[in-house]
Amino acid sequence: MLANDTLANVLYIDLSDKRYWVCQRAELFDKYLGGTGVAIHLLEEECPTGIDPLGAENPIVFAVGPLTGLYPLASKTVAMFKSPHTGNLGESHCGGRSAVAIRMAGYGAIVVKGKSDIPVYLAVHGDKVYFRDSSSIWGIENSFTVGRIMRENEPGAGIRTIMRIGGAGEKLVSYACVTTETYRHFGRLGLGAVFGSKKLKGIVVSGRRSLAVCDFNEYRRVYDEIYDAAIGSPAMKKYHDLGTAENVLPLNMLGALPTKNLREARFEEASGISGEVFAEQYLGRRLACSHCPIACIHIAALREHYEDEPYFYKTHMISYDYEPIYALGSMLGISDARGFLNLMEQIEIFGLDAMSTGVILAWATEARERGIISDRETMGLKFAWGDYDTFVNAVKLIVRQPNDFYRALARGVKYASEVYGGEEFALSLSGNEMPGYHTGPGSHVGAIVGTRHSHLDNAGYSLDQKNLSSKKDIPAQELALGLLAEERWRQILSSLVVCFFARGLYQPDIVLKALEPAGFSLTREELNRMGEEIHRQKYEFKMRHGFSLDEVHLPKRILETSTPFGPLEESYVRSVLEHFKELLGL
Amino acid sequence: MEDAKKLQILDSERCVGCQLCMFACARRQREGGLAAACIGVRSVGGMERGFTVIVCRACENPPCAKVCPTGALKLRKGGGVQLDTKACIGCGNCRDACLVGAVFWDEEANKPMICIHCGYCAKFCPHGVLKKTRKESL
Repeated sequence: MLANDTLANVLYIDLSDKRYWVCQRAELFDKYLGGTGVAIHLLEEECPTGIDPLGAENPIVFAVGPLTGLYPLASKTVAMFKSPHTGNLGESHCGGRSAVAIRMAGYGAIVVKGKSDIPVYLAVHGDKVYFRDSSSIWGIENSFTVGRIMRENEPGAGIRTIMRIGGAGEKLVSYACVTTETYRHFGRLGLGAVFGSKKLKGIVVSGRRSLAVCDFNEYRRVYDEIYDAAIGSPAMKKYHDLGTAENVLPLNMLGALPTKNLREARFEEASGISGEVFAEQYLGRRLACSHCPIACIHIAALREHYEDEPYFYKTHMISYDYEPIYALGSMLGISDARGFLNLMEQIEIFGLDAMSTGVILAWATEARERGIISDRETMGLKFAWGDYDTFVNAVKLIVRQPNDFYRALARGVKYASEVYGGEEFALSLSGNEMPGYHTGPGSHVGAIVGTRHSHLDNAGYSLDQKNLSSKKDIPAQELALGLLAEERWRQILSSLVVCFFARGLYQPDIVLKALEPAGFSLTREELNRMGEEIHRQKYEFKMRHGFSLDEVHLPKRILETSTPFGPLEESYVRSVLEHFKELLGL
Repeated sequence: MEDAKKLQILDSERCVGCQLCMFACARRQREGGLAAACIGVRSVGGMERGFTVIVCRACENPPCAKVCPTGALKLRKGGGVQLDTKACIGCGNCRDACLVGAVFWDEEANKPMICIHCGYCAKFCPHGVLKKTRKESL
């Protein structure tokens, strides 16, 4: 990296002692670029085995990369922590203004340690860190309100990120998220609960600095090349036009849209919650992350009438994407777009992971149908497919946890099904609720073996769809290798913090060219080795913290419900897992 | 005056807040990052309400120039101003005089930064918010 690049600065903030300091870690960024590659090292340094994810000793690491602030689409922040949801590696990525703000404040990474005695939020403005007493806003369940208060109290309009938690994070729901810029999230694996456990209500970061480059003309040339490719790319146009919601109908047609707790993979009423319906009837605004020309963020405008007064209306602005539509729509049998938006908004208010919440509610609905749980557990709520009003009320109880049942739901579907039964239809893969793709073996094995058990780890769903169109039987070893190769390359993208939606643009040759003006001279082989190494290090962390691929629990449901390939054979799935272990040398 | 170009905001409602214009402005001045940007984009009190784009309007009788004690801000052909950095003493009067907030500040040099209407940012606005236009077509 360049000698004067502030990327090397790692800001440490200790909430226990209310102090902060900066360390120069150029060697880390030189070796691992930034993002996930640097974060896993900082996490290793700060997170010994055996610690309580909700204890003061759990660190939170945020990291960005060398391309952030220099090129379009290098717009993600990687957060790492020990997950209170899985008890293992917690990694979550978020856009909004977070990455550019951290880079412009003069840091490559921020490490938050300890636990505050009083509620605080952190304000990082350039080289100053302020600990703001948040006693007056602790207890505000609505993350929109928290964001507004922080916004009005802090400088840096337009060049800041405002991360915050709602009620779910404060109440330590293990899949509480951290919301930034109202509509983007560190969604999965419970960073919100880690914030809550530290009495940390939010973090504002702002800054406005220059970034050095070593060959300005070349920098501008590569910039223009990436920009032109982004603007001209059909994939990017898709993300702009209908957004990820475009996938609802094609996946349904394919028979890969998990429906009613995956009892089916086609939703008869999918047309009610299609990307087209949301765009034509509700789309009120599109937003972009900082330095992204695409603007994939779709916000629905929902006008609702106050029932107690004539001609009195309110308009809600609610974001939607494919994954929440799957989890809170088809998975719960909800085909009414308004109903989906109401449920989505409640989840945004509290700051919950929409995907986990939907899968948990789907399990609860089936469990009630089967008589495993009764009105006594649900406190009278009669979960039923499509009944969004009941689900809205259930979400409130998950956050407020008035009894053992809702306390169990607040810990995820794996835990709840261990307590109440129904593990065969509890759709948890390695402890994380499943993503919205019943495309075939790649999707499910991908989520099981992925380092953060996310569909974006290795895009098994995409591999499935490619294999489906080539119409050949894929040997188990080939599938395992495909997943591993993709996840290794994605370590590079998420170390550069390039948005995965731009993975088609940031091919290895472009990555190498883009890195040159930022002072990184690498070869294709070095990049590949780096991807392998980062992936291995993350796996080593996972294994040390108790992760194992030896006795993987496969919920029967994923084998019972037919995929586009037909029903999955357990022996085949297990064979892919065995090959994966072998490839990793486990 | 006929040939003078001016940066125009066609429709800020189309703005998605990507801030590519800000990065472009800095690059035009051979800098990465945002410190050199003479255009700003911020939400109108929360992103759900959209964005405001802050940039020099190329006033014909600019208040910033009127309050400059050293005459460092010269009237630009077609409206707006050009800064004579040697004459500028960094008093900040210009910044206070601009109701739009379009006088940005170079903290390092302690001098104003004001759009020169080159239009480079508009080339990187993919959503039809900014356009470089001829003065008479406005």
